[in-house]
This record gives sequence, structure tokens and C-alpha cells, in this order.
Amino acid sequence: MKNKIYETMDASVADIPDGVTILSPGFSGVGVPRNLLAALNRQGAKNLTGVSNNAGTIDENVDIGTLVEAGQMKKMICAFTAATHPSQVTPFTRMYNNDEIDAELVPQGTLAERLRCAAAGIGGFYTPTSVGTELAEGKEHREFNGRMHVLELPLPGDYGLIRAWKADTAGNLVFRLTQRNFNPLMAMAATVTIVEVENDIVEAGELDPDAIHVAGIYVDRLVRIPEDGIWI
Amino acid sequence: MAEKVKLERQAMCDRLAMEFQDGWIVNLGVGMPTLCSNYSDSSREIINHAENGVIGYGPLAKEGEEDRHLVNAGGQKVVPLPGMACVHHADSFMMIRGGMIDVTVMGAYEVAENGDFANWRIPSRKGGGIGGAMDLAAGAKRVFIAMEHTTRDGAAKLLKKCTLPITAPGVVKMLVTDLGLFEITPEGFNLVEHAPGWSPEEIQDQTEAKLIIPDDLKEFRFRS
Repeated sequence: MKNKIYETMDASVADIPDGVTILSPGFSGVGVPRNLLAALNRQGAKNLTGVSNNAGTIDENVDIGTLVEAGQMKKMICAFTAATHPSQVTPFTRMYNNDEIDAELVPQGTLAERLRCAAAGIGGFYTPTSVGTELAEGKEHREFNGRMHVLELPLPGDYGLIRAWKADTAGNLVFRLTQRNFNPLMAMAATVTIVEVENDIVEAGELDPDAIHVAGIYVDRLVRIPEDGIWI
Repeated sequence: MAEKVKLERQAMCDRLAMEFQDGWIVNLGVGMPTLCSNYSDSSREIINHAENGVIGYGPLAKEGEEDRHLVNAGGQKVVPLPGMACVHHADSFMMIRGGMIDVTVMGAYEVAENGDFANWRIPSRKGGGIGGAMDLAAGAKRVFIAMEHTTRDGAAKLLKKCTLPITAPGVVKMLVTDLGLFEITPEGFNLVEHAPGWSPEEIQDQTEAKLIIPDDLKEFRFRS
């Protein structure tokens, strides 16, 4: 069996080049691959495009916003491109307002389905979401069963940075509770999938095949989060 | 006439929660709508759905009960209930667009008499915050809105036509403000219940759209 285990976060992201698209999951601070993002921040790749639910928060924790603030991202594709409240102005918000970073705003369910579509080999899909709003302008419209839909296209990534609860040496992944969120979709939509794991990586065969959330064939690299790593 | 009061946010959300029926799957938006979950009625079972893929979660976690892996759509730690299920984001929004959600409650900047509402973008600011609002607005069986009746500057928010970019056209069914409860009908805003001490004329004065005042107008209910 191919060895997928990397000893350090830094080694697992060392070859990520400038200019690629990074898929970065997490929702409300849960299931965020903070250790891998910290490593990519240290590694210094630039001109990256990020796909994430949001473009970072105002807290001190490492997230995609850390790379935004460091000038590593040229574009963000996410469901929030403005502060939801004046108290929530992030580095991204300031940079976006100053035209220092590009962004594409996507409804959250459309974001999830575009990722799923990329993983599933589907060329696009029609959704009723956003019909009749500014976001549907310029998009192909089509009526099905008396209801108008808009065409949305797949959203693949070059590298997926993933946070999992458990993994085995075959790369099979298990998530816990709301940690799952975008993680399986991004693990499956990325060309190279790199996973930080909260528990010891067990031998193949030790996880129940019926309880696996992402099949190991999608996973390229696994790193155990070290004791002094980021656990939130 | 009773003393004139504006309704508290909890009373507003309690009133919408009274409309939830036994067995409904309910999605509460971030902010004020989460207060709907504080209203309890042991005669019925409500199943909470949050966009981050948790179905059947319980109340906010008390100190010592928190689980770092379990949050609602607002990022608040919640406790599990028996029967809870977790799914990934595409499955969560499959439930939303697929018609599994009986009601979603959201906040809004504006609501129009044709059921349009706006809650994601202020044109003077760059960008917007959609989150799951457009999917929920397009997919849930019912959209309820909880918001203040006017802006801080006193401008009307119940309008003939939205001035801000809309989130979805024609979907709002019910609206609670600090001045009363409204249904959106094909003819426009129907004032169902008024805040204590407020006459229909006084509420109309705070409203740009023309209100329909039914003969059986009632005072606001604080309990079912």
C-alpha cells in the first residue's frame, strides 16, 4: 500500500506552487484545517485562489483569512464577501474594499453543490437558488416543471486541505458531528487531498468500512495533528 | 387602551414559534431568529435543521456541556438530542432545496408587499453576505421574517417594493416586527395582531406599504 503518511504539516504542503486553487473547509470555526493553513502560510505560496464558506474571521485563530492577510490569496470564492456586522470587519473586507483582492460571491448551497459536481464528473446543474436576484444576472436560465432555474458550473480545486477526526493508512476518513460540513466535498473535489487528523492514524482494516465518510482513494496525504498543534 | 409598548425580540420570536406545527423541520437563521428556539411547547415536537448539516439538535449548551465539534448555524455550541443526525454540506442543502424544511426564519433589511425580501447586500458597500439565505429562501416551504418595523433612523422597512437587492422574489409568508404580526397575502400586508397600545393607524404611519386591517384584528399574543 502506498504510504500516505507525512511526518509534518510543513512537509505535506511543501510542493504547493503559486497560482493554484485551494479548497478550505470549515464552518463557524469547526472542521477548519488550521494546522495545514498555518503550514501553507509559513510555506509562502502566492497568487492563490481560495474556496471557503467565508474569507476569515476576526478571531486570532489561523484560518484562510491568515493567508488573505499575508497577501497570499489573489481571489476568494465564498458565501460572504462583506462583513455581516460592522464589528466583523476582517482583513479580507478591508483588502476587498481597497481592490487588493478579488472575490466571487456564491450562495452557500450552490457552493457545496458546485464542489460536489466537480467531484462527481457532472458538467453543471440548474438550481432555483438566486433566480430573480442580482446573482442570477448573465447566467443561463431554464424552466423545469414550471419553475425557473439558473445554470451553475462545477468548482474543482488543485489542493484540498482537510480536517478529519479519524483516518486509516488507506486514507479512509471519518468526521465527527458538525466537523463534517464542507470537508468530504472538498476532499473529493481536489486533485491533491491533504488531511490533518485529530486521532492517531490507524492501520487499514481498523475502521468500520460502513462508517467511512470519505473513501481513501480520494486522499493523498495524511498528517497527525501533533500535541502542540492547533486543536480548536 | 393598554400602554403603548414595542415588542421585545424574544416576544417577536416566540410569536413566530407559536406558528410552528407538530413535526415541522425548522431552520433558524443567525441572529434574532435563533431566539425562536427558546419558545417551548411540550405539546409538539420540532426538529431543528442547521445549514452546517445537523438535524435534530437541542438547546444551547450550558457551561461544561459544550462539545467543540457541535455548533448550530450561528456557531453557538448546542447539545445533541436523541435521534440527531449529521450530514455534509451538499446533503444539508439538498434537504433545503429539496423541500424538507417546513419553515425558515430569517432577519431582513426590507420586506415588500409582494413577498420579496432583502437581507444580503447594501449597495453602498462592496460585496455581500449570503450564506445559506438564498437557498433557504428558494427551497423552504415557508419563509418567516423577524425584524424591527423601521430602521434606526425611522425609515420604513415594510415597503411597496424593495429598494435593496432582493434575496428571493415573492417568498415571505409571515412577518413579525416590534409593532405586530403580519401575513403576506396576494393583496399585500395583512395586519393580524398589533402590539399592545398601538392603533392600526399608528402602525400604518410607520409603514410605507398600505396595510390591510381585518375586522377581527387582535392584540399581540405572548403565549399560545
